[in-house]
Amino acid sequence: MNARLDPPAAAPKALSQGRLLYWSMRRELWEHRAVYVAPAVIAGVALFGGVISSFWLPHSLPAVRSGGPFAMYSLIALSVMMTGLIVAMFYASAALHAERRDRTLLFWKSLPVSDRTAVLAKFAIPMLFIPAATLAIILAAQLALLIWSAAIVLVNGVSPALLWARADLTTMWVVLPYGLIVNALWQAPLYAWLLLVSAWARRVPFLWAVAPFVMLTLFEAIIRAMARAAGAGDRTTPVADFVGNRLLGGFAEAFSVDGRATSAVQRIGQLNPLRTFTSPDLWGGLIAAAALLAAAIWLRRRREPL
Amino acid sequence: MMCIEAHGLRKAYRNTVAVDGIDISIGSGRVVGLIGPNGAGKSTTINALLGLTPYEGSVKVLGHDPWTARNRLMTDVSFIADVAILPRGLRVAQVIDYVEGVHPRFDRAKAEGFLARTTIPRRSRVRELSKGMVAQLHLALIMAIDARLLVLDEPTLGLDLLYRKAFYDSLLNDYFDGGRTILISTHQVEEIQHILTDVIFLDQGCVVLDASLEDLEVRFVELVAGPDQAASARSLGPIQERQAFGRIHLLFDGVDRERLSGLGDLRTANLADIFVALIGARPRRHAA
Repeated sequence: MNARLDPPAAAPKALSQGRLLYWSMRRELWEHRAVYVAPAVIAGVALFGGVISSFWLPHSLPAVRSGGPFAMYSLIALSVMMTGLIVAMFYASAALHAERRDRTLLFWKSLPVSDRTAVLAKFAIPMLFIPAATLAIILAAQLALLIWSAAIVLVNGVSPALLWARADLTTMWVVLPYGLIVNALWQAPLYAWLLLVSAWARRVPFLWAVAPFVMLTLFEAIIRAMARAAGAGDRTTPVADFVGNRLLGGFAEAFSVDGRATSAVQRIGQLNPLRTFTSPDLWGGLIAAAALLAAAIWLRRRREPL
Repeated sequence: MMCIEAHGLRKAYRNTVAVDGIDISIGSGRVVGLIGPNGAGKSTTINALLGLTPYEGSVKVLGHDPWTARNRLMTDVSFIADVAILPRGLRVAQVIDYVEGVHPRFDRAKAEGFLARTTIPRRSRVRELSKGMVAQLHLALIMAIDARLLVLDEPTLGLDLLYRKAFYDSLLNDYFDGGRTILISTHQVEEIQHILTDVIFLDQGCVVLDASLEDLEVRFVELVAGPDQAASARSLGPIQERQAFGRIHLLFDGVDRERLSGLGDLRTANLADIFVALIGARPRRHAA
């Protein structure tokens, strides 16, 4: 054996944090294809429904007063967004658990990527990637339906301008990206919480994450029902309100005129970013998300394969 | 220069002490076998040395504290935890892309070169590969990393003989160059003894033996004696005895060769025999 005394070549320049984050996110997407496949499939189903209904357009379009064809485009947006929410929640609750269960944690940790980068990459999937993918999928499906419908009405001798008058999507195309951003920020503590539980739980992280809230909500409902039966009047349900607010409050905040889901935004001028971005609920949530993420990073560093 | 220095390394789980305050120092350029029975604490020791698990005691690996600087340390360390833990859902090409993306010392051409010698299909997902192929792929990845320390934890567990031999052959021929330090844990002693410069025997969380192979050759000797010399040979205090083909094989620890030479043939003691003699004699904490 030759005693090679010269040390190995000096360390190459350290890779940038951005590059490490980028590759960490790519590997998440390789491993969890459902986060974009599921919304795309749902969009496909909704698009199929739109295509079927488009055959009635030449007859109904001149008669419809307003909004009829528009509903189809809202349905596409809504179904894809809801699917995005569901896959984001399942993704976040599995992200730090699956790598321990299948022991690949040891492989990921054998590479020069810090636990912070790894956890932040996982957080970026529901915060950045899924909203962006949701938007892209919705726009693609809506555009496809629009072009298809225009062709259908055209060959039947109806002007596509009438279609656009009935289904003017410009407002939606401005409100949608805005709403997706607001919603992601709003749900940040939700995903951070799911990641934390996913780093902590030995089994069924999703159940562990939702069980406390389900039980408290149930308990609260029972108390409320008992109080009502005893004639003690209605009690408030703070837990249920909290859960509902954290789950869907972002949609209400972004897409309704008053932030309370009473009436939907119709015009771009009704958006109120000032109210939204000065909302104590939003900022409280972001602070909570930061704390939960820090705990998740702390846990990942100490966790071993299951 | 010391590559690994651990003092009072201890790791206790809720009910058991996995590593009980051991001292280890491994110099640069050594090929060290960390050998012990199942449950000896080999994996725990390795995980602690690499900052993969919290521990007590002081550890320096390549000058870094592995717990506080794990990601910095991993720039200079390659690690195979055990076979078949590459992410099963990724394709072979994606695994290579990822390592190239995050590792500053990864040489893609080198990895491709090693893979070209195998039959691993590049489009396959890891889950579709055989256990042996996954080991080959992982080996190709780490051999393409210009690391200063390579740590292998039971790297060939569950592989067949051909894969195991090929694994260690490529490790020796294509990777080891004297400038790198290699730490290999296993309980299959015979398989790796020809590539080692040092051994550390670990049992129940304690270091039972820590020596270079040259030292072992001086310290331990095997005497093959006929039945006539058995009694006088036994009086010299062998640590192990076995019979084969009518002759007895006695293993001596630190007994002068001059005194033994008249009693029969002297042979270099086998590492496996030393292992059995030293570890087998220790009281078991649990039923074996």
